[in-house]
Amino acid sequence: MAEFLQQVVSGLSSGGIYAGLALAISLIYRATGVINFAQGEMAMFTTYIAWALTEHHGWSYWPAVAFTLLAAFVGGVAVERLIVRPVQGVSVLAVVIVTLGIFVLLNGLATAIWGGAQQSFPPGRPFPVRSFDVGGVVFSLQDILTVATSLALVACLFGFFRFTKAGLGMRAAAFNPAASRLVGVRVGWMIAGGWGLAAVLGAVAGLLAASSLGSFDPNLMRPVLLYAFAAAVLGGLDSPLGAVVGGLVLGVALNLLGTYVDFIGADLRLPSALAIILVVLLVRPAGLLGRASVGRV
Amino acid sequence: MSTGALGQTARIGLFAAAALLIAVLPRFVSDFRASELAYVAIFTIAILGLNVLTGYTGQISLGHGAFMTIGGYTTAVLVVDHGVRDLWTIPLAGLVAGAAGFLFGVPALRLSGLYLALATFGVAVALPAVVRKAEGLTGGSRGLQLFGLDSYTGKGFEPVEVLGRSLSFNDWLYYLSWTIAGVLFVLAWLVLRGETGRAFRALRDSEVAAASSGVNPAAYKTLAFSLSALYAGVAGSLYALASTFVTPGTFPVTLSLTLLIGAVVAGLGSLWGVLAGAVFVQFLPVWIDRLSGVEAAPDWVQRVSKEPGIPSVIYGAALIFLLLLLPGGVGGLVQRLGGLTRGR
Repeated sequence: MAEFLQQVVSGLSSGGIYAGLALAISLIYRATGVINFAQGEMAMFTTYIAWALTEHHGWSYWPAVAFTLLAAFVGGVAVERLIVRPVQGVSVLAVVIVTLGIFVLLNGLATAIWGGAQQSFPPGRPFPVRSFDVGGVVFSLQDILTVATSLALVACLFGFFRFTKAGLGMRAAAFNPAASRLVGVRVGWMIAGGWGLAAVLGAVAGLLAASSLGSFDPNLMRPVLLYAFAAAVLGGLDSPLGAVVGGLVLGVALNLLGTYVDFIGADLRLPSALAIILVVLLVRPAGLLGRASVGRV
Repeated sequence: MSTGALGQTARIGLFAAAALLIAVLPRFVSDFRASELAYVAIFTIAILGLNVLTGYTGQISLGHGAFMTIGGYTTAVLVVDHGVRDLWTIPLAGLVAGAAGFLFGVPALRLSGLYLALATFGVAVALPAVVRKAEGLTGGSRGLQLFGLDSYTGKGFEPVEVLGRSLSFNDWLYYLSWTIAGVLFVLAWLVLRGETGRAFRALRDSEVAAASSGVNPAAYKTLAFSLSALYAGVAGSLYALASTFVTPGTFPVTLSLTLLIGAVVAGLGSLWGVLAGAVFVQFLPVWIDRLSGVEAAPDWVQRVSKEPGIPSVIYGAALIFLLLLLPGGVGGLVQRLGGLTRGR
């Protein structure tokens, strides 16, 4: 039982990371109807920025994180305005190809600038390595704080969308661009802001992923991206809450499958995520919490 | 296909000229260059397949490397474990991959646009893990070694006798790959210009209109998937023969993206564009690497071109710029994809 609970907690911890990236994907999907295949690589790139600031420029950790999040926001806005916006009208799949271009470009750029080798992300940062023993169940502080960070982020985002004027504008721009424009919402900038926020969420997911692994390389986020896709599809692509629930459920489910089903082990986690994507898309494309889309012919 | 001003005779003449050029080229280039050019033929075949599916039928695939993997492993397993002569495994690899394409194509009927992109991307990312897991069949992470085996023509290094002439191993690979590429090119041309091609394009432009004109969407989409996977399978088989071994790393996740890049570049000029796409994906890293030795190039260019990630940077930038600078004009590929968006 103790092992089971431990596995659940560590599953929630990785689930929190998937949830962060899935939420980023879902935000953009909701606002613009496209999927950003570069979301993971953008997160990887910002993780390198944080690492380079601490490693090469003598910054301490938290200022580096703050700067990284700011850079992620600016980067996300820039990607939307300069690269995605111009092809937005062409077709959804032109956007997919462009985001794949960003994917390949950022992966190459990180390799060219910082090399392809594994970099250790100093242990103990951002969270001290410590564990608690609660009635025989050992929880690591890292895991608990990872989950807490993800949930806090969701709460902040909810608050932002619910209680601020910019959040209201973003919701309006996503819900009905034409009507929002008529009442003076600057739809273009709202959508760009959405990409910025998504990049910030991704950056946090990247930092958490690196610090929970203890090291990272330019392929850090490739598996995480597939898990995040699975989480977002599971929860319903257009539902931010679904993305979070999907991420946590997926993290726990994969961890339990890996622990208790020998055949799956650690090797078949990615294929399991793919199986989840396929089954959900075929059986219930709206996911757990999404709205079923109705197509007009 | 750009029907335009080019008449039937002119096109056949063009094909003959290209075939002739390809036939005499090995006399003028080094042995090593011949092996690089063999890879161009292999990419041509795979990109042709992807173009049939994505360019002509409007079904996106971000996981076409998966079908190459299946073809490559079919050849390797048959040659290494069962001693089957390598040439016979090439059509078999095509058939196995084609069958896999059919099996994937049936559920894919229910997915359109973005969802299909997601699912095929997932296949590309997840397949290497499956290959590693199926250790008994695929040799796991160690892979399968073809080099030096009797059933492997030329064993990976020996000259090969063809029609009474002795060819170096690389020239043999070159002629083998280009012959198959030529046959498959003509096949694609014949399929796409006829009734089947019309049905493919009709589905791409409007599924509803196509269906009401008597085109069976399910049948033609699965046909396109199978045909396209068959091409990828043949390409994968040749890729395995050219590499002399297969491991999960032989067919990386990025291979699928490479094929997509090739197809987008290819979109610039119809079926013929596929050659340009294949040359681009094969030779870009070579050209960049060569830049570092060019005296005339500025210092920073020489320095930067040695960095390992630079080819990816250029590939990615090429994808972005092609779509940004020629929106809707990339050989119509983007317009073709445009037909998909309505089905989302």
